[in-house]
Amino acid sequence: MGFEGIGASVKRKEDPRFLSGRGHYTDDINRPGQLYAFVKRSDRPHARITSIDTAAAKSAPGVVAVFTGADMQADNVGGLPCGWQIHSKDGSPMAEPAHPVLAVDKVRYVGDPVAVVIAENRQQAKDAAEALAIDYQDLPAIATVLDAVKPGAATVHDDVPGNQCYDWHIGSKEPVDAAFAGAAKTVKLELVNNRLIPNAMEPRAAIGDFDPSTGDYTLYTTSQNPHVIRLLMGAFVLHIPENQLRVVAPDVGGGFGSKIFHYNEEAIVTWAAGKVKRPVKWTAERNESFMSDAHGRDHVSTAEMALDAQGNFLALRVKTLCNMGAYLSTFAPSVPTYLYATLLAGVYKTPAIYAEVKAVFTNTVPVDAYRGAGRPEATFLLERLVDVIAHDIGIDRVELRRRNFIPVDAFPYQTPVALQYDSGNYFATLDAAQKAADVAGFEARRTAAKAKGKLRGLGYSTYVEACGIAPSAVVGSLGARAGLYEVANIRVHPTGSVTVFTGTHSHGQGHETTLAQLVVEQLGVPLSQVEVVHGDTAKIPFGMGTYGSRSLAVGGSAMVKAMDKIVNKGKKIAAHLMEASVEDIEFKDGKFTVAGTDRSKALAEISLAAYVPHNYPIEELEPGLEETAFYDPKNFTFPGGCHVCEVEIDADTGVAQVVNFTAVDDIGRVINPMIVEGQVQGGVAQGIGQALYERAVYDANGQLVSGSLMDYTMPRADNVPNIHVGTETTLCTHNPLGAKGVGEVGAIGSPPAVINAVVDALRDYGVRHIDMPASPQKIWSIIQAGRPRAAAE
Amino acid sequence: MYDFAYQKPGSLADAVKLLKGDPEAKALAGGMTFIPVLKQRLNKPSAVIDLAKLGLSGITASGNTITIGAMTNHVTIATNADIKAKIPGLSEMASWIGDTQVRHRGTMGGSLANNDPSACYPAAVLACDATIKTDRRSIKADDFFQGMFTTALEPDELITSIEFPVPEKSAYEKFRNPASRYAIVGVFVAKGPAGVRVAITGAGQGGVFRHKEMESALASNFSADAIANIKTPADGLNGDIHASAEYRAHLIGVMAKRAVAKAAGR
Repeated sequence: MGFEGIGASVKRKEDPRFLSGRGHYTDDINRPGQLYAFVKRSDRPHARITSIDTAAAKSAPGVVAVFTGADMQADNVGGLPCGWQIHSKDGSPMAEPAHPVLAVDKVRYVGDPVAVVIAENRQQAKDAAEALAIDYQDLPAIATVLDAVKPGAATVHDDVPGNQCYDWHIGSKEPVDAAFAGAAKTVKLELVNNRLIPNAMEPRAAIGDFDPSTGDYTLYTTSQNPHVIRLLMGAFVLHIPENQLRVVAPDVGGGFGSKIFHYNEEAIVTWAAGKVKRPVKWTAERNESFMSDAHGRDHVSTAEMALDAQGNFLALRVKTLCNMGAYLSTFAPSVPTYLYATLLAGVYKTPAIYAEVKAVFTNTVPVDAYRGAGRPEATFLLERLVDVIAHDIGIDRVELRRRNFIPVDAFPYQTPVALQYDSGNYFATLDAAQKAADVAGFEARRTAAKAKGKLRGLGYSTYVEACGIAPSAVVGSLGARAGLYEVANIRVHPTGSVTVFTGTHSHGQGHETTLAQLVVEQLGVPLSQVEVVHGDTAKIPFGMGTYGSRSLAVGGSAMVKAMDKIVNKGKKIAAHLMEASVEDIEFKDGKFTVAGTDRSKALAEISLAAYVPHNYPIEELEPGLEETAFYDPKNFTFPGGCHVCEVEIDADTGVAQVVNFTAVDDIGRVINPMIVEGQVQGGVAQGIGQALYERAVYDANGQLVSGSLMDYTMPRADNVPNIHVGTETTLCTHNPLGAKGVGEVGAIGSPPAVINAVVDALRDYGVRHIDMPASPQKIWSIIQAGRPRAAAE
Repeated sequence: MYDFAYQKPGSLADAVKLLKGDPEAKALAGGMTFIPVLKQRLNKPSAVIDLAKLGLSGITASGNTITIGAMTNHVTIATNADIKAKIPGLSEMASWIGDTQVRHRGTMGGSLANNDPSACYPAAVLACDATIKTDRRSIKADDFFQGMFTTALEPDELITSIEFPVPEKSAYEKFRNPASRYAIVGVFVAKGPAGVRVAITGAGQGGVFRHKEMESALASNFSADAIANIKTPADGLNGDIHASAEYRAHLIGVMAKRAVAKAAGR
């Protein structure tokens, strides 16, 4: 056994299973007597349902049942709940319109579930769905946030005038206004954060199973957080007590946030299984994923900075209009507020910030958290604004950043927008990234590219983000309707092997390896003897799952606490066995030793004694060696860093290609450097996707135009260069691991680095800003428009 | 997909007979377009006639002609030594279609019969002045393509092979749709027995077309400079979320210049 503890790049334990096609995903599960559900979706963006005739569908071959929203209503099925309540500026609670599982009276987006057909096989269910006779009365549709707030706009929900969900703010308006009044210079930028469609490799799937003999329900689902689904669906939608509802999220093939939320289909198959007394399976087709998985981003913003004569930031003013889609998805309201506007200080010591965020409903798929969730939007706004400031006032963009960075000795640093950063060193990550990216050699590369007809540009992004959203009491006061702790149960078996039951969920991140390495480090057990169990409410304690890069910082910290308890109990057992005082027992490298002696007992001897307590302090100590700990963080963690991107643009076609990318991140303690590298590379690939390729397009009537991979551009291997990943570490000061989180940094830091590089490449063409994605046609138009100017100068 | 009868005839005559006997039947070549269309329930044939056992695949080179069987897949075309040596533009075109899986399934005959406006092969066939051989006749490329998804084929007529007169020079340049990787603009340039021909795919509302202005400029001077100042009008070109008609018009010029420069250097 080589070194397998904290800091070892051990290979991922889960990979042989995934890479050899032996993963066990939801769609791989088949229950005896299983039926298949096909969800009939609205093809209208906005319409009143005047009638649904199910008779022909019900009598179609193989059909067992057809249900509509009316059937669910009649059975007292509740609407899908929202997990976060925002209050507007004026103190009023956000508009929270009903979110029926199957549409009632109205459909509000293309993809809105209208009815479900349950049949012996998929084909029969689909055939019968074509026999459903649904009459609609079309209504005017709202496709964009700008349309939603126009006076006299159609309303998505009859009970939500003006389509406004909330009008929220953060920071202080007066000091910002005062700073602007006295500023030497102000710079303003309007920008759009493009709407994205997540596209995890595994489409969503769900199987509802009902046991008539016990009345117990089981839901197998593609979820990042099975306990959250059990709570929301059991308590609010189907009214099934926890003891009768098991939720299993087995191997999950990517989530990126889109599998956090409680979706209609989960409730449909669970409820329908109870109705038809047979298991019911649903698996999304890719085109269903496009129109039913929660989308991401979709902001329109104005950002303004007030500066003094030396380029010091005095005040930031931001106005953002954001899209909730047609209904509130589970955590949607929190994303453009507490996960976005609280990050607007970024890595800068801007003393005054005021942000207003208006969220609106539109006739589009619900929008919710997507890798980064709010923080990419904040980072893009800020890092574009900083480059524009540098451009407008004629100061070097790196010098401007350094001048405004939060100083190294200023931590803990209280921002004007609620957060208190515990640690960080933005100078260190910037220095390291500049060195690794060979910024010094850039001009030579630029000249060489020009000789080949290519425009080469370099862009920076210096960012901070917030992970491990917490503490529970604080987020509760901000509107969260859930706790945000994490839990771990550590079971040391009689022979010393270990099973970890974690409340976090791995859907590609490699937890089965990373979390096991914590056990190697703390208990001295070899990696091969550690198993990590997650994703089944019947096995694991009530945990909150995985999102917001929280698993290590929060879930790992719970493990450390549980293992502390194991060690403490083990010391008592060891003291008894070796007839020593507990105070004299030391634990190191898997051995309990009487201090200053060569007398020791291995963990396996202690665990055996605990389960076979023949010689055991049974009067003072319970048998067994298994401990549970819940960990509620004291604060968020604050990963940050610097990304440097180089692009080359084909001046004839406008095609931009990322040719170099360097990410130097401060993610706190690194457990497995290889997994960290993979997480950052994957995140950066997604960021490059947002910056250059991806765009969810609705036409003016509310039809999703980019509704398949033929039109929605996911980044492919040839779009992504080899990404250099480095780390510069300051430890998190408030969790026992010092860990900050790495799952989202790539997607958060990279988009502005890419766009800043594109703008830099086009510096001779009079361009100040380009919205994402910087598509070939967009760049070509800029080159065309800029040619005369470039020629004249 | 909907239910359909599946037939796999062993001779061309049987396949044509099956198609003639059932107007709702559809022929299946490689299926790289047809199968997704079936899966999306966009087509409801009564029967699918699989052409795999008709012996229509293979490549033969004889004198100044290369004949490609209709059921020859892209990877075979891309890697064939004769095509590489004699029609390099066609070889590179085939190697850029789809991905490895698609190139092992998709066929030239299937692509031509479908005549997708953003498919690549129509540009090679038109620029090379190839002849499409069917079960009953020969059709010149200029007569074969009749608008998007429309060809000169009768409903029950099957392509058997495509005859390419070997050009002196050939090259293909493709500006890909970033999502689908089909051609937003594809330009095939050939200098052959029928003179210089420039065929554009992906851009035209009516599918593949010849760029006569470029052809006449290149006839006297086969170099990129000869077409540098030719502006292609945007009228009649496609526009979508990836590329407007104006952008496509511009790309035709860029891709054509690159194709000519490449062909001239061969």
